[in-house]
Amino acid sequence: MSETRALTLADVCRSFGPVQVLHDISLTLRPGEVHALIGENGAGKSTAMKIMSGYLEPTKGQVKLDDAPVRFASSQQAEAQGVVLIHQEFNLADQLSVEQNIFLGHEKRRGLFLDKGWMQAETRRLLDRLNCKVSPTARVRDISNADKQMVEIAKALSRRAQVLIMDEPTAVLTEREAEVLFEQVERLKAEGVAILFTSHKLDEVKRISDRITVLRDGHVVAQGMTTEFNEDQMAQAMVGRDVSSLYPVRTAAVSDEPALEVTGLNVPGYARDISFTLRKGEILGISGLIGSGRTEAMEGLTGLRSAQGDVRINGKPVTLRSPQQAQAAGLCYLTEDRKGRGLLLQKGMRENLTLQALPEFTNWLIDHKAEDAALTRAIADFDIRCPTREVLVGNLSGGNQQKLLIAKIMLTEPDIVIIDEPTRGIDIGTKQQIYEFIHALSAAGKSIIVVSSEMQEVIGLADRVLVMRLGTIAGEVSGDDMTEDKIVRLAMGLGATRQEAI
Amino acid sequence: MTATETQPSRATRGVNLKVLGPILALVVLVIVGAALNGNFLSAANITNVLSRSAFIGIIAVGMTFVITAGGLDLSVGSMAAFIAGLMILVMNAMLPVMGPGWPLVFVGMLTAMVAGTLAGFVNGFLITTMRIEAFIVTLGTMGIYRSLVTWLADGGTLSLDFGMRSVIRPIYFDGILGISWPIIVFALVAISGELVMRRAAFGRHAAAVGSNDQVARYSSVNVNRVRMLTYVFLGILVGVATIMYVPRLGSASPSTGVLWELEAIAAVIIGGTMLKGGFGRVWGTVIGVLILSLIDNILNLTDGVSPYLNGAIQGVIIILAVILQRDKKAES
Repeated sequence: MSETRALTLADVCRSFGPVQVLHDISLTLRPGEVHALIGENGAGKSTAMKIMSGYLEPTKGQVKLDDAPVRFASSQQAEAQGVVLIHQEFNLADQLSVEQNIFLGHEKRRGLFLDKGWMQAETRRLLDRLNCKVSPTARVRDISNADKQMVEIAKALSRRAQVLIMDEPTAVLTEREAEVLFEQVERLKAEGVAILFTSHKLDEVKRISDRITVLRDGHVVAQGMTTEFNEDQMAQAMVGRDVSSLYPVRTAAVSDEPALEVTGLNVPGYARDISFTLRKGEILGISGLIGSGRTEAMEGLTGLRSAQGDVRINGKPVTLRSPQQAQAAGLCYLTEDRKGRGLLLQKGMRENLTLQALPEFTNWLIDHKAEDAALTRAIADFDIRCPTREVLVGNLSGGNQQKLLIAKIMLTEPDIVIIDEPTRGIDIGTKQQIYEFIHALSAAGKSIIVVSSEMQEVIGLADRVLVMRLGTIAGEVSGDDMTEDKIVRLAMGLGATRQEAI
Repeated sequence: MTATETQPSRATRGVNLKVLGPILALVVLVIVGAALNGNFLSAANITNVLSRSAFIGIIAVGMTFVITAGGLDLSVGSMAAFIAGLMILVMNAMLPVMGPGWPLVFVGMLTAMVAGTLAGFVNGFLITTMRIEAFIVTLGTMGIYRSLVTWLADGGTLSLDFGMRSVIRPIYFDGILGISWPIIVFALVAISGELVMRRAAFGRHAAAVGSNDQVARYSSVNVNRVRMLTYVFLGILVGVATIMYVPRLGSASPSTGVLWELEAIAAVIIGGTMLKGGFGRVWGTVIGVLILSLIDNILNLTDGVSPYLNGAIQGVIIILAVILQRDKKAES
């Protein structure tokens, strides 16, 4: 590649409605340099990357290309200028060949027809440059994840990318596959491409980046050459803040009696050898990075996925092969995906509220009066704010949907509730309400598991926290040990105790 | 109900139109029919139209549940022909043993019900347990049943023994208080269907499965069981429709029940049930069936338009119905 370019964000702010997610971000991607952008989930990394690559516009501040301010009206415009974002989820058409994917939307024509020979040769050349052996005619669905990542990069190169932005490129790769990727990143760097990537794996960041920017709550909290940081310092910069007064004071007493005992739970492909005990009235947090198998383990436990293991409820062994069996045993799982798995968006609140507990409302026929009464109670108990009772659930705000979902689960009167991501995508006021609901449930004697990617949330809510990593329980923290620092270290596979700063 | 301000939103008006649309269309057809031909509103004509609608109508009620739960069944027409052929063969075979009479009629009825249940079960099994697309499965069974009935009839017609015909005729031609049996059975099926759809857990579950099967699964609904039951019920109703049909002609041939599946699906869609599932309306289906048979009837009674244009007019109505149904989606 003959020309090189530098991309700069200068004092960039971005708001979504009243919520400001980026505050005066400044950073520069230099040719021939690998820049790592790190931060917790929700720190603003994705928004920053989207602004760099033309998917979003900054509310304030400027994007500069080689010191000249630019405005990308779309990602296509950014691509035309050599700035390409590779998404975390592959953006490839599975049924098409490698070559077809690389030239999708930019096909080379000769007269009326496609110039297949040229495109295949060009694909071969691009892949060779990446030292990737996959055949241009192979179907994308048949190739490995690492090769897919290479095809994405080749696609970016075919668009003459001089600035390459990669959102967690190694999240889906095995260690060896990641190794191959890093070699190619080194090559691209040597050719003068400016590269930015995000990762939760701090050892990777340390190894391949030249410069680091740490984001926290939309602010740049640390920036500098990678050599100036060790992994502990990175983790500390990412999380360092106090738990605010968002969380209610824990007053309920936890009994010593076990409500749920899980021994050696295996969820093939996602989690293995999960063992823990949940006591009556306890709030147990489960933390870990996205992809650590938290959700899958809980789905396996509640019969939503096939799993093996020994489960006891109130000391009695139970078999939970389906959600119906789990519900009958008094165990309910509240999904993290409220739009896709939690609620029927095109139905009203009443149908949604009673769907899971419908037998309770049915005596040959459904008792509409009882349903209406239940809805009235749910609206009052969980403070659901709706324009009318007949509103389609898809038109409720995220917070109100979540409250309705909690009301729906509680209608089945479970003894044990697993709440996955209780407050994802919800404003702070509603978060606080939901935390109070969770405390109230525990005070009412329910045993609760809270699964969350927000470390503050599990620390603020739970009596004890299990940390998952790569499908296993990496450790448990409780009491004064429940700090973000300890949890992050466990989640990222560092030792439980801090090494002395170098 | 809590005090909520009445918002004359687009959605509310749209829903009303969607509710009223099929009824208005039916009313218009009745007025047009009465204006064009004096005999249109005669008792004989009305009985004729309703009795002929009953076969498709009974099947369409079952189809409403299948479509509401996000499925489809293309095999019902062939299934009806096959069951009719089987029923006739069984009755003919048992005739020397049992002699003509009601016991033999009951054997025939039992045959139809068992065959319908099994056929529905096979469709449901392949779709739920084997996880094959409903369209593919029922396209396959459609061909299989059509071919089987042709083979049983050796390309010709399977005829019920003449002695039996007179015994079985009343099932189609008689009734109570001047209302023929097919109309009574159709009405019973429609009323219970409406009740189940609106007020029973099964109807609610079918709509939930069709709306989003993941949500249904996470809400402890046994998704496969619900899907399976919609196909089994439809199979049973095809059996019921066949019991009404066989006495009419006393025969079955490879052309029996041709295109019934499309008429039943069309009636369901005209009635306001969403083809992609999630919402079903049994009374709408009944109106859809009546609209389709009235068009046919009016064209036959009047000279102005050729009856050969029946299909074209029905096609226009189906497309109009779907256009009217659009935009019933939550913005999310």
